[in-house]
Amino acid sequence: MIIEGKKRLWQEYQKEIADDRYFYVRSCVRQNFFPASEKVFLRILKEELGKDVYENAAHTTCSGIGYHSDVVPFETAMTVIARQFSLMTESGYEHFVTSCITSFGLYSEVLETWKHFPDVLQKVRGYLKEATGRTFELPKNVAHASDVIFRFRNEIASRGTHRLVNHLTGKPLRVVEHIGCHYSKMFPSKGVGGAEYPYVLVGMIEDWGGEVIDYPERRHCCGFGFRQYIVRANRGYSIANSKKKFESMKPYQPDFILTNCPGCPMFFDRWQYALSEMEGVTYGQNGEGIPVLTYEELSGLILGYDPWDLGLQVHQVPVEPLLDKLGIPYDPETKFAGKDGQDLGRPDAPTHMKFF
Amino acid sequence: MGKLYDQLAADVRFKEGLKACLHCGTCTAICPAAEFYNYQPRQIVEILQTKDEEKIEALLKDDMIWYCGECMSCVTRCPRGNAPGLLITVLRSLSQELGYFIESEKGRQQLAVKRTVGQWILDYGYCLYPENITPEAHPEQGPIWQWEIDHLEAVMERLGANYRKTGPGILRKVPDEDLDELKRIFDVTGGTERFRKIEEYSRLKAEEMGMELNESFESEYFHHIYTTNDPKHTASE
Repeated sequence: MIIEGKKRLWQEYQKEIADDRYFYVRSCVRQNFFPASEKVFLRILKEELGKDVYENAAHTTCSGIGYHSDVVPFETAMTVIARQFSLMTESGYEHFVTSCITSFGLYSEVLETWKHFPDVLQKVRGYLKEATGRTFELPKNVAHASDVIFRFRNEIASRGTHRLVNHLTGKPLRVVEHIGCHYSKMFPSKGVGGAEYPYVLVGMIEDWGGEVIDYPERRHCCGFGFRQYIVRANRGYSIANSKKKFESMKPYQPDFILTNCPGCPMFFDRWQYALSEMEGVTYGQNGEGIPVLTYEELSGLILGYDPWDLGLQVHQVPVEPLLDKLGIPYDPETKFAGKDGQDLGRPDAPTHMKFF
Repeated sequence: MGKLYDQLAADVRFKEGLKACLHCGTCTAICPAAEFYNYQPRQIVEILQTKDEEKIEALLKDDMIWYCGECMSCVTRCPRGNAPGLLITVLRSLSQELGYFIESEKGRQQLAVKRTVGQWILDYGYCLYPENITPEAHPEQGPIWQWEIDHLEAVMERLGANYRKTGPGILRKVPDEDLDELKRIFDVTGGTERFRKIEEYSRLKAEEMGMELNESFESEYFHHIYTTNDPKHTASE
């Protein structure tokens, strides 16, 4: 009886994730800071899983960062999104997948608005027609790219060469998972597991052999805050909120942080560096930072891809301590090389944080 | 133009965001902005519920509406289904519409947001583009970003980007005809008009403050709004 009830409750937090024929839209932040993650996502879907994923070169930003820093009106953002749906429609797809969490939250907000206020949908159809001559169909399924990796996590594990286990001790790696706020805090039913106990990254970590760390500030925002980072005068907000999380997770000695939002890993990576410069503090062991990974990068490591093909060299917090624990080989000599081995020199080392 | 409350209430986000607040303070307890600034999202909802025009006008001119980071953590936790973060988006829209944003230090920063992220959307089709994230303006990006910027094309090629090139792919050049569509969407839906208002009201404020404002990021008013942070925002009371 109780189990039945639990199953019923859990049903509310299940999410339908389409299994093929995806229309893919990119993330502004991801493309700038961890571009290889998007390449890896497409490689896994197309080459490992044989899925049909289409990118229309005419798609643009959803304008979400502009909307959430309030220079882009809601009507404008809704119509930009309607144009993305128009590109999906003309390309012959119905399953929409977005790389960005800000976008995913905004797509969810817009679709919910249109559901509750059909007159707004009609108004936006009119705006789009007037501005571009375009029409559109609504997507049958909207997923974040991490939902798709979650759906195929067992297939990835079965094809993989590595598990989240310390190869020297045989113990599971201990992982902090951080979910982007706009994944499910606004619309819990849109995310796997809801807002309080989101399961999208937990599922990957546990099924790939790792152990999830529960810590007090687990659900606290990374501190992006849109205008709170964009404007220099406000950046204290951003670094202070990241610091709150680092202080909270440090006693649990995480082996790494896993994220599903394009912005969060950048902030966790860069603010650890900034705090080390400002205060001489590091949050990992032996003067190291805590490595921060995207779920695409982690999937690539599980599948045995070369760490430098995954773009792990452009993390400010070095990932080598994690690679050593996983027993993943890497070539220090080619870390900062360009394509075909081109010599691009090396970045300067930080003052306090250990660098490789 | 009707009463301020009526103008706010006409926005669908206001209808979704304000039910009936019992002032429990859960939103404030969970709020990253309240963690950092002298700020309580509960107060925002409390003022709105009074429907008092004078209080609402003062709110629209106050720093208070610009502290929120729109993470929407409050939406999950409110036991009565209110969404203070969503109400903030409505207040900020009206504050810019009426030119009230220039009356607060944090509100005046909208010019900096418009001239960066806002303009990049129209110029590139992206909210940000690597060459605009300069190491000088972003020391927190560290030596790794300096190295990337120093070797941008080669690093992007190594990472599999299609940087500034045609066709699909990472950081591709968005075709001009698609940027034109984006621009027309902004024209038709009020985006261009908001940009114009932000520029126009900022110009008037710069004049009033006796500061130079031209198109450069180095001009006195722009530099002032981009870097000034009065300790009153965070000082303990």
